Amino acid sequence: MKTINPAPILAVYGILGVTIFSTAIGPVLAAQPPDEQHIAALIKVIHRVGPHGKGHAEAAQAWRQLAQAEAGQLPAVLAGFDGAGPLAINWLRAAAEAIAERHLRAGGKLPAAKLEKFVCQREHSPAARRLAYELLCLADPAAPDRLLPHMLDDPSLELRRDAVARAALQADSLAQAGQTEKALDGYQQAFAAARDLDQVTELAQRLTKLGRPVDVRQHLGLIVRWKLIGPFDNTGGKGFDAVYPPEQQLDLTAAYDGKNGKVRWMDYESKDELGKVDFNAALGEQKAVVAYAYAEFYAAQEQPMQFRVSSFNAVKVWLNGQIVERREVYHSGAEWDQYISTAVLRQGRNQILVKVCQNEQTQSWARHWWFQLRVCDATGGGLASQQP
Amino acid sequence: MPTVASYMPRLASRVRTVASYMPALASGTASCASCTSSVPSKHAKTVLLASAIVLLAGLEVSSASDWPQFRGPGGTSIYTGDDLPLDFDVKTGRNVAWRAPLPGKGPSSPIVVAGRVIVTAASGPRQDRLHVLCFDCATGKLLWHRQLWATGSTVCNSFGGVAAPTPASDGRRVVALFSSSDMACFDLDGNLLWYRGLGYESPNTRNDVGMGSSPLMVGPETVVVQLENLGESFAVGIDAATGVDRWRIPRPRGSIWSSPIPLPGPTPAEDLVLLHSRQHLTAHQASTGKQVWQYEAFCHTIASAVVLGQRIYLPAIGLHALRYDPQRRTVEKLWYDERLRSDNCSPVVAQDRCYVIKPPNILMCADAADGRTLWQLRLKGPFWATPLMAGRRLYCVNYDGLVQVVQLGDEGKLISACQLESGALASPAAADGALYFRTHNTLWKIAEGSR
Repeated sequence: MKTINPAPILAVYGILGVTIFSTAIGPVLAAQPPDEQHIAALIKVIHRVGPHGKGHAEAAQAWRQLAQAEAGQLPAVLAGFDGAGPLAINWLRAAAEAIAERHLRAGGKLPAAKLEKFVCQREHSPAARRLAYELLCLADPAAPDRLLPHMLDDPSLELRRDAVARAALQADSLAQAGQTEKALDGYQQAFAAARDLDQVTELAQRLTKLGRPVDVRQHLGLIVRWKLIGPFDNTGGKGFDAVYPPEQQLDLTAAYDGKNGKVRWMDYESKDELGKVDFNAALGEQKAVVAYAYAEFYAAQEQPMQFRVSSFNAVKVWLNGQIVERREVYHSGAEWDQYISTAVLRQGRNQILVKVCQNEQTQSWARHWWFQLRVCDATGGGLASQQP
Repeated sequence: MPTVASYMPRLASRVRTVASYMPALASGTASCASCTSSVPSKHAKTVLLASAIVLLAGLEVSSASDWPQFRGPGGTSIYTGDDLPLDFDVKTGRNVAWRAPLPGKGPSSPIVVAGRVIVTAASGPRQDRLHVLCFDCATGKLLWHRQLWATGSTVCNSFGGVAAPTPASDGRRVVALFSSSDMACFDLDGNLLWYRGLGYESPNTRNDVGMGSSPLMVGPETVVVQLENLGESFAVGIDAATGVDRWRIPRPRGSIWSSPIPLPGPTPAEDLVLLHSRQHLTAHQASTGKQVWQYEAFCHTIASAVVLGQRIYLPAIGLHALRYDPQRRTVEKLWYDERLRSDNCSPVVAQDRCYVIKPPNILMCADAADGRTLWQLRLKGPFWATPLMAGRRLYCVNYDGLVQVVQLGDEGKLISACQLESGALASPAAADGALYFRTHNTLWKIAEGSR
């Protein structure tokens, strides 16, 4: 049975942690550590880094001082992640690592109790909590067994992944011991929490094998029932910007002039295990064409959401008439969660329109004309349409 | 045939570069600025002297002590020493000095700077945890390890990975770039000097196969990054000291994985950088990004050109040999041979010979003066790593980790074949008598006399 892997970083520290911090690498700057007030001021400076090198000169100076903080001040540095942008978070992460590394190299111990307290405070930045957890694991190898059982719904996807992996391992043990029902419950709990595709599919297989199949497509929020129409013309790639009738008015009873004659909306249900909508199968394999897919999604209340789309083809996605995704790229890959866009679902009916363009490339690998789309929350958990 | 005189601008540049690594040489008393531990200036002088001797002998690269970027000094894939081991045995440990586990995979090559070997990796289900690791060359101990969370797209083909570009160093700093276009600059002790999220700044700058072009440190403390892709495509020259843009130029939309190539000028301000696109090779001032000349060719999208003195060997549906006129700042074609068609590896040119691995895994040797094929040798592939030349040997590592050593001469002769583990996408590095290989999750040092 395959292992459901945790976030690999734990393994990294397991392999390298001792070595990293036992190696002398030259003189340590004999600078005074900043006090708590100074740390807060330095963090503010680093928060101001922005695109194109904005704030670098000041941040670089602040970083050098911040990296001189004591290990006991790590929670204060980690708290600096709160409210920081993604760029500043990486600056701060490097400072926290440098502090910990220097401290351990000098034979010190990391402040396990303070770090654990920080990890358990979910109001902090998920990134900071994850780093705190990794540092804690260096100081206290028993921490994962103590903390992970409570992290299946953690806002940090990395912590959640480790919690899922641990829960799956425990279920494996129960299954091997013949405690099938308990194992199934364990797998079910882990499946519900899983957000990464590899964990989701692996857990689904285990549940199915033990006789409790689950709906992976629903779990992932994949939309599998669509109305399709096409083809329209995309000669020379002009179809991507061309505004064909489905973009002007959604009338599912209408017929339009397509590339090869009249076209009408048709029902389509994907049979693919990951909800691929294959236009080649539905409309016939063609080149230089555009097709549309339409679906309705009912939300119980207004809520933020994400579209996660994959396609080898150029795509546009609209939600309730507003364009939320626009990618004019052909045959450069179609990885899972390739394009992620955020939007807000309105209460009740929501209209989702997808435009998928096939170009004129003739290579064998350029035959793909499909997309998959899922509706998710910010963690990648699938949202289910509430039927009216 | 190139003469020593024709190499003089390059020689001047090389000596200049070595000297810039070691400002303390001027006084002759202080320690090497690029090292954290004190290095007697006598040693530093010896390194410089040795470098000058090597260059005056007509060989094409600098000191054997550093391998500072993708394909080594000057991007030539040439190691100047003659002390690399011919063979090794992973099972018995013979000539395997050490191996170090890596936290994730990546096609990026190791670089060697001041007795340290630096390599990047990416881990996690989305490969969004980015690693920069620095090992002690002598012992293989991990000296420091920095991690970042990717802020740009990490979507890529799983065969390669997010840690695709090779880091680069000017001897004092290390810049590490990833497919997500996150780039960090550290000093040799792992202190962060600056960090840029180029993919965060330009979210449409992405290639869903993965971005692989390596950064280049060139000119007056400039880091050149080529982010040429199907989305927002550009090249940027970044101040190595501050991480702030010096220049930014739009590039054609089209995926390119080849790397910027240095074309040294007599002074740093006159250094040029060469950029492939699918339509042409362009030369730009490293200090300003201003285009100086353009050569029309369907450049290889993966293999990179190589510069030898004032000659440029460009893989572009075959091999183009170009001559650069530094006075006129123009380039002219010397010859073109369609048969010298690189697969994924870049060409290696030295001692008046061009070496190209073309499909299906055929090592071709041609006369660098006219492109005439001299011999061919079938190797075991597939190859992604560019071969490394040391003296009259070519070290060719295939994806399966088979290191094939070819003796070069009037014909090519396979004289050694040693097996690493599978997953060798990275081009090897060499420094101070040692070879460094990177397989998916392991960094290897191969050196004579180990165990």
